[in-house]
Amino acid sequence: MPAKSASIHSIELDLFIEAMTRRHGYDFSNYARASLKRRVAGLAQKLGFASVAELLPRLLYDGDLLPEILAGLSVPVTKMFRDPMVFKAMVETLLPMLATYPRLNIWQAGCATGEEVYSLAILLEEAGLLHKAQIYATDINDAALAKAEEGIFPAKMVEEHADNYLHAGGTRTLASHFSLGYGFAKVSGAIKDHISFAHHNLVSDGVFCEVNLVVCRNVLIYFDRHLQDRVLGLFETSLSRGGFLCLGSKENIAFSAAAPHFTPVNAALRLYKKSGGTS
Amino acid sequence: MSDRWRHPAIKAIAIGCSAGGLDVLHVILPLLPADFALPVVVVAHIGPSAENLIVGALRRDCLLPVVEAEERMTVTPGTIHVAPPDYHLLVEADHTFSLSVDSKVNNSRPSIDVFLASAADAWGSGLAAVLLTGANCDGVGGMAAVKAADGFCIVQDPATAYAPIMPQSAIDAGIADRVLTPEGIAALIVSFHSSSHKGAVA
Repeated sequence: MPAKSASIHSIELDLFIEAMTRRHGYDFSNYARASLKRRVAGLAQKLGFASVAELLPRLLYDGDLLPEILAGLSVPVTKMFRDPMVFKAMVETLLPMLATYPRLNIWQAGCATGEEVYSLAILLEEAGLLHKAQIYATDINDAALAKAEEGIFPAKMVEEHADNYLHAGGTRTLASHFSLGYGFAKVSGAIKDHISFAHHNLVSDGVFCEVNLVVCRNVLIYFDRHLQDRVLGLFETSLSRGGFLCLGSKENIAFSAAAPHFTPVNAALRLYKKSGGTS
Repeated sequence: MSDRWRHPAIKAIAIGCSAGGLDVLHVILPLLPADFALPVVVVAHIGPSAENLIVGALRRDCLLPVVEAEERMTVTPGTIHVAPPDYHLLVEADHTFSLSVDSKVNNSRPSIDVFLASAADAWGSGLAAVLLTGANCDGVGGMAAVKAADGFCIVQDPATAYAPIMPQSAIDAGIADRVLTPEGIAALIVSFHSSSHKGAVA
């Protein structure tokens, strides 16, 4: 009996997940499968293979291919001040509360190429808080991390997102935070100095420091409920008493095991406070 | 009623539309009766606004509940689910929704192709997919995936479409099981509900 191509594709995806886990230690089995399937198929195509099955020998025998595979699987689509209302709420609601701390630790999980973490750092700088802030920006995609750390973007991007910056509560000009030249915009050193970029896998790595704010937007949507629970638990453990969590606009913690540990600050914008403390 | 249904029972309805789609949705969806027991999922090309305008607009006219599809939400029978703006909508094998912010497909997010490919995996021959008016070719690849999984493909008659390119492309690709007016589409969808009732009794 001829097999449906859909069931063959499903076997291929299982083999890919198995190979990634056992050969490279990256476990994608708790990723939301439908979008993972699309990404794996897209990755095989981008690398010039006719099928996911044809990618497998290279995946097993060519260790150098791993960074490219991780880059292909976490296709970063991010822009500066995406959802400006969320950033505005952070400036107006969270930052005044965070301002009272002598020192601020912030974790952006899944920072991709850095647009969002720089957006946040720019607003912290304008609020006069960046000098006492240390931001940890993490991802599993080393290629994206390298690009993020470089902090060089097309100059056009700064123009395109100038409006978003103003809607987000920016008080100067977006361009004032970059040095512009040769068609590129480089994030100012004063901002970059407060951000550490590091490799961290939300699937397998643990807590690495205590933070006052976790920003993790549009990452959980790629995980199944089991992995979402693990990651939200990780955030809860990482957050100091009264710390804040900011998720993507369509992400929902209501059904998660971690839900009782968070109270909404602004539910519509997915801003939460870790409960269980009075300070 | 004249449409004899000899296909395995339909378990879910997916509807994709682009330019001019909201008007057609307003013809089709209010015709679904209050006891309609299948889940309906709508993927429409709309701007990346924060508000889902389609949900509010359909709610006023439909007898069935209309909700925005949320990640991890289980697809609910007798409910019209609408894809959120600026996210791809997918459905998993356990019939829960997932979302993605991956790059646009066919210049669209949500993309009809992305949803239909996942829905073809999730429901196979139990899926009826409907492609309505639209000015680009998003949805045609998705309809082909539905067809390949033995699902049922319904296309709006291009003569009745505000933008005929999308339905015409699906017809040209030879993947339309039925080509119907909006009223005809509504009648056929309602008949799936009756046949699924019979299936439940048998």
